[in-house]
Amino acid sequence: MSVATVELKAAPRTRARRDWLSTPVLIGAVIVALLALAALLAPLIAPYKPNDVDFLNPVAPPSWAHPMGTDDAGRDVFSRSLYGLRLDLAIVLLVTYVPLPIGVLLGAISGSFGGKTDAMISRVADVMLAFPFFVLVIAIIAIVGPGLKGVLIGVPLAGWALYTRLSRSEMLVLREQPFMLATTALGYTRARSILRHAVPNLMRTALIYSTLDMVVNLLLLASLSYLGLGKQPPGAELGTIIAGGQPYLLSAWWISTLPGLILVLFGVGVGLIGDGLSDGRLRGRS
Amino acid sequence: MSLLRIDGLHVEFGPLVAVHDAGLEVGPGEFVGLIGESGSGKTLTCRSILRLLPRGASMSAREISFDGRDVQAMSGAELRALRAREIGMIFQDPFSTLNPVFRVGEQLAETLRVNLGMKKAAARAEAIELLGHVGIPDPPRRFLSYPHELSGGMRQRVMIAMAMAAKPRMLIADEPTTALDVTTQEQILELLLRLRREHDMAVVLVSHDFGVIAQVCDRVAVMYGGFVVESATVETIYQRPEHPYTRALLESVPSLESAGRRARRQAIEGQPPELSEQVAGCVFRPRCRFARDSCGEVSMALEEVAPAHACACPVRPFARTAVRT
Repeated sequence: MSVATVELKAAPRTRARRDWLSTPVLIGAVIVALLALAALLAPLIAPYKPNDVDFLNPVAPPSWAHPMGTDDAGRDVFSRSLYGLRLDLAIVLLVTYVPLPIGVLLGAISGSFGGKTDAMISRVADVMLAFPFFVLVIAIIAIVGPGLKGVLIGVPLAGWALYTRLSRSEMLVLREQPFMLATTALGYTRARSILRHAVPNLMRTALIYSTLDMVVNLLLLASLSYLGLGKQPPGAELGTIIAGGQPYLLSAWWISTLPGLILVLFGVGVGLIGDGLSDGRLRGRS
Repeated sequence: MSLLRIDGLHVEFGPLVAVHDAGLEVGPGEFVGLIGESGSGKTLTCRSILRLLPRGASMSAREISFDGRDVQAMSGAELRALRAREIGMIFQDPFSTLNPVFRVGEQLAETLRVNLGMKKAAARAEAIELLGHVGIPDPPRRFLSYPHELSGGMRQRVMIAMAMAAKPRMLIADEPTTALDVTTQEQILELLLRLRREHDMAVVLVSHDFGVIAQVCDRVAVMYGGFVVESATVETIYQRPEHPYTRALLESVPSLESAGRRARRQAIEGQPPELSEQVAGCVFRPRCRFARDSCGEVSMALEEVAPAHACACPVRPFARTAVRT
């Protein structure tokens, strides 16, 4: 009898855990964790400084001394990629997760209050969404000058709007939930209802979406650098490294391709996590 | 003096009137039932006590007073204080009245912290105490459970604990047992009775089940089509119902004695009125066996037919006859 009850209690727990911890999530998490660790520990792992020059071995193919070869100036591509990834990840995390809470909060307010508040927030969000994102960031770079400042200002400026949209529609469903009515019946203030009880429920969707957003932002950052609008040479950034290797693509493929693969790997890792999490979420609902 | 007085309550959805001129009185420590079919306005009536109406609904009343204070005139802060400390409310669906992302204990402790200003550790201890008080086994472990890990009855107990946290003087229970199975229903009703006895608390119980009402209530108000059609003590309603609707409702309840007998229970012909339907005179007239022409002109005002017994039917076809002989 007691054995049976123990089993009954244990069963739903493991199933609930497996709902989100699926194989894709696990693989994605391992990839992202390895890359993040490598980026974090770049000064320890990298065999050279990002701008150290090996005069004797320019454009050298991958070898034990230079795992990813060297570029036209004799700089170690592996070391530069690690430092580049470090910079990219820091910026991408910043520009993705700073606008997220702001967007979610605005969406919650918009969906909960409705009426004029909703109309005002939603229209501003619409404008931000309708405006071509890339053009906006380039326009801001045109104002503040080339460099990372443009990205740091431009991406969060537009990034909140999607989270607002997303959270607003979720909030419209949520506000009809009996437990939201119960918070009012318990005499909680509106601020507490929204901040403590609605926002944690909205976070899930927003966080899953943010994995997609993070990849988009990483690619944006690399693209801008590739175009010469992001990190300026000789600074190490994946986009700049790829752009710098482009003239040698046929003779020295490793300079552009290997850092590009790191970018792809990160995108795949984050994508796997997001995909797996949203799948688990769907399964959890059914 | 009565603890709660509602008089002349109207609830409207734009041009549609959902509750007409409803009245309800609850004395301190009294257990009052509000019974009616779906759409009869019983939920709206009890929600209007806390001014918790759904979107698009508006209310007006000659009087809604709790402990002598006018609820309609209360400011936001006063209303919050009323909801937080003086009137507790529990809802029909215990599956969705708890926030799915927090542990039940945390939600209960939050109520204690916010509404009673308790410190974190004290609130935690008190929450575990309260969980035990509403009959949840192994409260320290259940404190850490998420709502989806609890059964419907357990969740309703947690809701009751939350509503009771501030020791309110009145509890509004909106169909608290409808979503639960019969055994659990029994336990929840017993819990409500015990809590009412221990805390000398008034209870307004909304239900569509005469069995539930009869088991626990002192007085009962019968609602139909947005009107209160009859109000009396439970015994009176059972033994001498005056309104044809009340009688028809009682006759449609199957009982053990009727099982096996050839006579089928009398179902009420027809459907309750739609919100958009305007019925002149008595709202029950289209379905009433005793309807006569004059019923098209009567008002639905409650009239005292005996001490503490009011009825909205001027025809009174059953004056001085008992329903079950």
